[in-house]
Amino acid sequence: MIERPGRHRPGRFSEMSDAPSFSLRTGHWFERHLPKIVVLPLFALSLFFVYGFIAWTAYISLTPSGIMPNYELQGFAQYERLWATPRWYVAITNLFVFTSLFIVISMAIGILLAILLDQRVRAEGLIRTIYLYPMALSFIVTGTVWKWILNPGLGIENLVRKAGFEDFTFDWLVNSDYAIYTLVIAAVWQSSGYAMALFLAGLRSVDDEILKAAAVDGASSWKTYTSIVLPILRPVFLSTVIILAHLAIKSFDLVVALTGGGPGYATDMPATFMYAFAFQRSELGVAAASATIMLMTITAIIVPYLYSELRKTGQ
Amino acid sequence: MRPRTTNGIVRPRTLQSSVLRGLLFLVLGLFCLYYLIPLIVMISTSLKSLTEIREGTLISLPREITFDAWSKAWESACVGVRCDGLKPFMWNSIAMAVPAVLLSTTLGAINGYALTKWRFPGANWIFALILFGAFIPFQVVLLPMARTLGQLGLAGTVPGLILVHTVYGLAFTTLFFRNFFIGVSDGIVKAAQIDGAGFFGIFFKIVLPMSIPAIVVTVIWQFTQIWNDFLFGVAFTIGDSNPVTVALNNVVNTSTGVKEYNVDMAAAIIAALPTMLVYVVAGAYFVRGLSAGSMKG
Amino acid sequence: MAAGIELKNVQKSFGNTEVIKGIDLNIEPGEFVVLVGPSGCGKSTLLNLISGLETLSGGDVTIGGKVVNNTPPRDRDIAMVFQSYALYPTKTVRDNITFGMQARRVPKAEQDAAVAAFSGLLQIDHLLDRKPGQLSGGQRQRVAMGRALVRDPDVFLFDEPLSNLDAKLRIDMRTEIKKLHLRLGKTVVYVTHDQIEAMTLASRIAVMDEGRIRQYGPPEEIYENPVDLFVAGFMGSPPMNMLPGRLLRTGDEVFVETGDDEARVRFPLPDAIANRIEVGNGHEVVLGLRPEAIFAAGTELPGADRFIFERPVEVVEPTGPDTMIVFGIGSVELIARVRPEDARDPGTPFSFEVDMSKAKLFDQSSGRSL
Repeated sequence: MIERPGRHRPGRFSEMSDAPSFSLRTGHWFERHLPKIVVLPLFALSLFFVYGFIAWTAYISLTPSGIMPNYELQGFAQYERLWATPRWYVAITNLFVFTSLFIVISMAIGILLAILLDQRVRAEGLIRTIYLYPMALSFIVTGTVWKWILNPGLGIENLVRKAGFEDFTFDWLVNSDYAIYTLVIAAVWQSSGYAMALFLAGLRSVDDEILKAAAVDGASSWKTYTSIVLPILRPVFLSTVIILAHLAIKSFDLVVALTGGGPGYATDMPATFMYAFAFQRSELGVAAASATIMLMTITAIIVPYLYSELRKTGQ
Repeated sequence: MRPRTTNGIVRPRTLQSSVLRGLLFLVLGLFCLYYLIPLIVMISTSLKSLTEIREGTLISLPREITFDAWSKAWESACVGVRCDGLKPFMWNSIAMAVPAVLLSTTLGAINGYALTKWRFPGANWIFALILFGAFIPFQVVLLPMARTLGQLGLAGTVPGLILVHTVYGLAFTTLFFRNFFIGVSDGIVKAAQIDGAGFFGIFFKIVLPMSIPAIVVTVIWQFTQIWNDFLFGVAFTIGDSNPVTVALNNVVNTSTGVKEYNVDMAAAIIAALPTMLVYVVAGAYFVRGLSAGSMKG
Repeated sequence: MAAGIELKNVQKSFGNTEVIKGIDLNIEPGEFVVLVGPSGCGKSTLLNLISGLETLSGGDVTIGGKVVNNTPPRDRDIAMVFQSYALYPTKTVRDNITFGMQARRVPKAEQDAAVAAFSGLLQIDHLLDRKPGQLSGGQRQRVAMGRALVRDPDVFLFDEPLSNLDAKLRIDMRTEIKKLHLRLGKTVVYVTHDQIEAMTLASRIAVMDEGRIRQYGPPEEIYENPVDLFVAGFMGSPPMNMLPGRLLRTGDEVFVETGDDEARVRFPLPDAIANRIEVGNGHEVVLGLRPEAIFAAGTELPGADRFIFERPVEVVEPTGPDTMIVFGIGSVELIARVRPEDARDPGTPFSFEVDMSKAKLFDQSSGRSL
């Protein structure tokens, strides 16, 4: 590294210690600031479209906006209306039920399959491809398929009845008490392979010598997994839960394609609720309030996670 | 994935272990069926006639293979009021996805490069702020985005969607490239600097040729994300400018006329075909994109 | 009790690559055998075949008189120390040490007694409740040793256990391993690429190359009488000087003529060697001279079979106790080990004295010792 004496201000450049000392190498203002000049417009774009828009939405949630935005502040009245809406309670409850079932089942399947695939399976590549392909599909496609499979007239119910069980009923899709579980079925089908892939990558990152040490120590496969490997994978559990939770909270497409939020609004979720109030019922204020609550929920989960991840990579 | 070096460990060959091994393959096979059956059902239904669908069951294979449903889904199924099938909407999706993928990938690469190899004071803050954008629920930007697109004259157009996907894809592509470039030695950049190369010279001549794998992963990931998007498509386009996911949903969830399951299935397959193709051809890169999504890239 | 190990025609292939090409090795109970060789020579694979961490492709492994070809590692009564230490990161030091006993359902009281006994011996008693992440490299090494020791096995296997330590710690631990072996008297098989470690620890050394054992014997024998150029070049630091040349028989005397037209040196062979070799006049040979067999003329007590020649000094490399002088004969570079006060500046002519009784002679085409 070439350093010109006198130009270096200790402290100010501490962040750049392992990056090239561009500002010391060339006196040319433009060349020196080029990286910033390149990043700043993109950053400004991000500031405007992410943070500016968030601010706008948060602001609107504090106004009496209906069909058109109204910029007069009125406090938390829209939040009061939101929490007084039974449909919002349905959406929140659904989100809770859906998210917890989705996470628990996907994780269970993901861990099971990852461990099974880790047992020197010959066709591992092919099997992995099969387990993971649903992740490449749009939730709309997934919803379309499962809507067909689960429809009471010609789907599974019909299949089992024709197999001789005349009284069999499986009408969850059109039953307002159970329709939410059809969303879980379809979402688990689509995303459990993802959980498997994350766990398998985690399993494979465990040092082989540790597994050898366990073999010499006399631990059975079961004991090796439960008492050594899985505890090492704790961070993978955490990140998988967060990724799945993030997917679940944002889920919109699947609901629209599979149940359309119905029957009635039995399978509404915050994402569909917000969309309905914004674009169909023209209640901008309520829609903005619900979007703000979604954002706060995700922020509460994701920010501590990002913070710890970034700290880990030494940033 | 890296092969294990523990495969050679001598294991006892007992009855119990061979029974367990049989069980292992049984479970793996059952799960293969679980993931594959919806695909098989989808394909077989799309090849049946409506009468056969009513007479048979979900899993019965087509007795007479007919491609009527496919041609209807492709060129004559009704999407809303228009009855030209999915064909025009496939073109919309392509016209949207290709430029949006290229733009977001290019800008993400430059961003990631500048933020890791030319770290200036505040670079980490800028990165953290950009990164957060990858995780926000997009509901929170729907309303202001709709208004902004209106003011830009892009409401309900494909270029409008390109803008949206580029802006919100940028966070993810920046993350990808940052994670990749962090693994590239700073020494290479320093050496090139001493040789007299500048910011863009180093980027195009040295860094970019090294980043082919990262570029492939990012392009595949972005393509899958943008092609499969529904929320932005349904919120910001109307009728003729809909991407194919929105059109598919309109075909399937239309409340008028007879329910044509075979056409629905054919339409679903058509809409899924491009991303499935990418997955089959470049599955390994797709998986790397998935795990980069957990920041463990 | 210590157990002997016997390898008979042991083979291992990965796919089409033969890694171990039929090895026979006999290790007596209580011996300390070091497998040494360059990376990729198969020494770690051979250790894994003994431990059961790799499955044999052919041949037999016998431990304590029992053929263990199909016995899993846990039933071979072995303990192993790994290069990366392979400590369980989520367990405390105590649980790391007792994990093997827990897996074998040893009573708790016995576990505690074993921990108490060995943690004192290894000076890790104050670390028992920490996690491996909180330990230094040397401490981790001790814990890994403790984990192996508490098992009280018949055989200890070490896979480059010291290669991740810094130079000073490595020497300390080397001494400690040697002490432990003397104290416990167990059979040890120890893999390293460091020939000094091999020389200092082993009761017998097996020098490996390309999946075969080149030479198996006590350290002095390996050092003094290497069977071929590979062993001669691998053992010793700096390595043995290798001078290619031709055998010259003139009357009673036998010489090795080395160098080229510009600089020619004829090394007279002592009778002990000259009488032994059978190859004829003009045969192409390699003369092997250890650096310590070349010194400044007149600085050692006079002896038989000394030979003095003069070459200019090229490079001087002080190492502290000795100074290495690099010089050339023809196109070959040689190193002499001299006392620091005898060193001269580069370029100055220098009188070297060679103890020819220590010279080794190899066949140039086969590389075998003559």
